[in-house]
Amino acid sequence: MNPVNYLYLAALLFTIGATGVLIRRNAIVVFMCVELMLNACNLALVAFSRMHGNLDGQIIAFFTMVVAAAEVVVGLAIIVSLFRSRHSASVDDASLMKL
Amino acid sequence: MSAQLAAYSTSTGEAFQFWVLGTVAVVGALCTVFMKKAVHSALCLAGTMIILAVFYLANGAYFLGVVQIIVYTGAIMMLFLFVVMLVGVTAADSLKETIKGQRWLALLCGLGFGILLCAGIGNASLNEFNGLAQANSGGNVEGLAALIFTKYVFAFEITGALLITAAVGAMVLTHRERTERAKTQRELAEERVRENKQLPPLPAPGVYARHNAVDIAGLLPDGTASELTVIKTLRDRGQIRDVSNDAIKDLKALEQRSEERLGREEEATK
Repeated sequence: MNPVNYLYLAALLFTIGATGVLIRRNAIVVFMCVELMLNACNLALVAFSRMHGNLDGQIIAFFTMVVAAAEVVVGLAIIVSLFRSRHSASVDDASLMKL
Repeated sequence: MSAQLAAYSTSTGEAFQFWVLGTVAVVGALCTVFMKKAVHSALCLAGTMIILAVFYLANGAYFLGVVQIIVYTGAIMMLFLFVVMLVGVTAADSLKETIKGQRWLALLCGLGFGILLCAGIGNASLNEFNGLAQANSGGNVEGLAALIFTKYVFAFEITGALLITAAVGAMVLTHRERTERAKTQRELAEERVRENKQLPPLPAPGVYARHNAVDIAGLLPDGTASELTVIKTLRDRGQIRDVSNDAIKDLKALEQRSEERLGREEEATK
């Protein structure tokens, strides 16, 4: 097996995540799909790191994880405050910036 | 396996692992998108992330594999589950389309995007790979540390600022300062009397003859459900179970059953 297959898998997972973001309307599930896309990118970076034989790809994947952790914290805080003000986690209900 | 072959192929064991776990990962990702309830989506995503951790380990990224399990499945997914609990576990996504044909267009876009990505990878010349044996020779963690603290030290320091900002942002968004003193029980009682709306305590939920669960509204004398009996959180989430028609349904089922039995007996007597 050629390690390029890892790239194909990453592309597939990224596509599934992107489709999920477009299809789903529950803000939490949309957010999970974004996480799936980030994970797919990480897999591609790790596979690239192996192909090139240096660790730079893994460093970038590590930074992606840190940024994803920060993003999840802020995103979930936004979802919680949205749910508090609108009693719904649907992205359709949050069409206005104000209440 | 000769050294020449090792330059463009992996071991059979890894290939087997890739095809088995890769299939499970894709199924998990699809379930994340298509499961109706957010909890099921979260669990499927956690499974996919664990499989990705195994792939990292197989690709020689030992540190990242462990971090993936600890940070992603351990911390981030549990954070997701906490928020799912806050927002309401049983609250299913509404599947009604607000924009007509949006779902099919989205699927079409996804399909096109996937084909584009795969074609791009297929066109790139990636037939040889080096492997991490040399880069990992001094240990994976040591190699990463050497890079982080030399070449990427500035990005690493900026990361600290990012994490602080995220922590402060989360606190600002979710923390609400109490602007006035909490009312005491006595003040609440006096207020109730002054407003003269609901003097006695709120009525209890549940229909005692059949249900005593908190999500079932108590029935008024005329058989309609009284929303006042269910606590505000469940009311806001729309999680009130309506049992006002259950009695009639039960009666219908009973009549049907007795009719069936009577009919059978009639046939038997004939």
